[in-house]
Amino acid sequence: MNKAKTDSEREPSTMKHIINCLVENQPGVLARIVGLISGRGYNIETLNVGPTADPTVSKMTVVVPGDAHVIEQVTRQLTKQINVIEVVNMTNRRHINRELILVRVATKNYAARAAIVDLASLFTARVVAVQEDSVTIQMAGNQETVADFLRLLKPFEIVDISRSGVIAVDRENVEVCERNG
Amino acid sequence: MKEKTAEQTRKQEQHPRTGAQCVIDGLVHAGCEVLFGYPGGAVLDIFNCLYDAPFRFVLARHEQGAVHMADGYARATGKPGCCLVTSGPGATNTVTGLATACMDGIPLVCICGQVALNMIGNDAFQEADVIGITRPVTKHNFLVRDADELPGILAQAFYIATTGKPGPVVIDLPKSVQKQKTLAVTPERVEMRAYRPDVAATPEEIAKLADLINKAAKPLFYVGGGTISSDASEPLAQLARKANIPVCTTLMAMGAFPEDDPLSLRMVGMHGSVAANYAVDHCDLLISVGARFDDRVTGKVSVFASHAIIVHIDIDRSAISKSVRTDMGIQGYVKPVLDAVLPLVKPTAHAEWIEQVNRWKARFPFAYPEQGDTIMPQYVIEQIYKVSNGRALVTTDVGQNQMWATQYFRYTRPRTFISSGGLGTMGFGLPASIGAQFGRPDDLVVCVTGDGGVQMNFQELVVAVEHDIPVVVVILNNGYLGMVRQWQELFYNRRYSGVMLSQHNRAPNEHVGESARYLPDFVKMAEAHGASARRVSKPEEVAPALAEAFASRKTWVIECIVSPEANVFPMIPPGAHVAEMINRTV
Repeated sequence: MNKAKTDSEREPSTMKHIINCLVENQPGVLARIVGLISGRGYNIETLNVGPTADPTVSKMTVVVPGDAHVIEQVTRQLTKQINVIEVVNMTNRRHINRELILVRVATKNYAARAAIVDLASLFTARVVAVQEDSVTIQMAGNQETVADFLRLLKPFEIVDISRSGVIAVDRENVEVCERNG
Repeated sequence: MKEKTAEQTRKQEQHPRTGAQCVIDGLVHAGCEVLFGYPGGAVLDIFNCLYDAPFRFVLARHEQGAVHMADGYARATGKPGCCLVTSGPGATNTVTGLATACMDGIPLVCICGQVALNMIGNDAFQEADVIGITRPVTKHNFLVRDADELPGILAQAFYIATTGKPGPVVIDLPKSVQKQKTLAVTPERVEMRAYRPDVAATPEEIAKLADLINKAAKPLFYVGGGTISSDASEPLAQLARKANIPVCTTLMAMGAFPEDDPLSLRMVGMHGSVAANYAVDHCDLLISVGARFDDRVTGKVSVFASHAIIVHIDIDRSAISKSVRTDMGIQGYVKPVLDAVLPLVKPTAHAEWIEQVNRWKARFPFAYPEQGDTIMPQYVIEQIYKVSNGRALVTTDVGQNQMWATQYFRYTRPRTFISSGGLGTMGFGLPASIGAQFGRPDDLVVCVTGDGGVQMNFQELVVAVEHDIPVVVVILNNGYLGMVRQWQELFYNRRYSGVMLSQHNRAPNEHVGESARYLPDFVKMAEAHGASARRVSKPEEVAPALAEAFASRKTWVIECIVSPEANVFPMIPPGAHVAEMINRTV
């Protein structure tokens, strides 16, 4: 029986994993989760924390690139933590993910502003603030769409950007046609 | 007992207690017999209550020693070890001890004082972020913000420490909370929403495992520390004997299966027996029982047990398929799994397999070069075995002394070999032997150590002497940090760097003069600590010295001047396959 067994022998992969953690809403839990991931040398790409319908439970959504086997190990070790109720690797399931970004882009002239507003409208993003020399756009979408939008914004000068981090929920039984990809 | 608890509860309801008193009551409630620790400013209130406590307090001479004592106590008895230290340096000194216990799954509860709540984060005197520092080296830790939570947290700490895969739990207790009064009482039951350690194997898994065992031609048990913490030696022995399955153990499981049983292959791994390692390489079914496929066991993982179906029984799901991909993982305590599978396994002779294994055992016993006028360290361990009639409880330090202690002593009962397996902590052996003796006062406790390791916590010898703890410390003095020297000999072209405790022939940048003196004088040092001591340098002196020490029931230090460049063989080089094993016995 030949088995692929070690990390070093596996194909290196930079696939991004969306991991949802349901945790007890207590001080120190965030540090525990983050420490466990960063302690293994993995860089957390985005992190979102918020309360759930039950105020004693928080949901953390961590996006971390890594080898599937190692991520599996990390999720098990997260599950083992005393304050962690449930850990789900959303990447392995039918899910919907979204991220909200606020991005301020420099507009040197009217033409630049028009081009940016046009691009935003193609992504159903909204202009939420306008100044003489900049516009601020609010855009939401799944991981790929946000990446596409930011790629297309590259020719323009991004002055500032804030990202909410990815959040994700199961599709459950509802078959919804996901817009924006 | 229950009535008394109810009575206590009523009493507590009427009289508010301070946080400090809650600590003492919580320890009593958890069955604490002995508390190891060291005082300081941030735990004065607890020590004030401790004055009247119904259990014993043992003052260590360093907080690391206190934790290792609690650890040794836990390993020897199966009960959780308890320690109490102050804030800042007191707490940071426990880190090595906590990490040692965490790696080996040893139940401990360590209470650390902390500066007052309103001072936390102010760089107050003797303040350290103990929660942050100890997070990666504990199973869990708690910062107590309100005395109302304290009785519950104490109960949870013992529950977490002793269930699932056991481990150390730290309670960081601010001084202001120790002074705060509360009406809260110890809960009757501990319930934690997110921590559910009682996972049981399904009947389907049990049936599948039995089927795999019944179909295997060359099955092998690979037994780890989980077998000892789950108290599963009995069903393991029954199962092995019923189906004639040979058994090899990890360092953490020495004694989980009697090493004088014909089915025992003894220890597996880097310095394990040839037979155990060959058996892993040849078996067609490897049943891992509470072991975690440590790199010191597996060597090169891609060819570890490459002909076998691998089954892994472990309470810790994150250990399953961690380093070696297993074909079947069973999450559950080892004992109920073995109990359940036992009646489903058919008696089998496995005659051909047993015969092959026995040929390896006969052909490759542990062996060392012939002894001349100089004592061979392996001989000392053999004599400890002989003179104690195999009944000693052995603790070790780390390195050559540890490996020889596994090879030349046959452990037949669980909890009689106590050693830092995962972390490999030098300085563990002496304080652990003291803790073990507190837990098992009638046993003969022998600490096998080296001239390097013993110096790391020698100060704790005082504790043994003053409490009449009759541990016998056997120092194998080879003048080197022996295991590091062995690696330098084998893999670094004999460039001995930083390993010489004797003062001659050192590297130029370590040179300290021409004299060949050796420091310290262990006999004088032991005597200064109040222990009896003797130095032996001839083989014929070893057994009489041991016999005198064992019979005395006093604290003893026996320094054995041993062959300076003896090596531990067999040795599978790190990350290598069993075929690359080095075995020089002459």
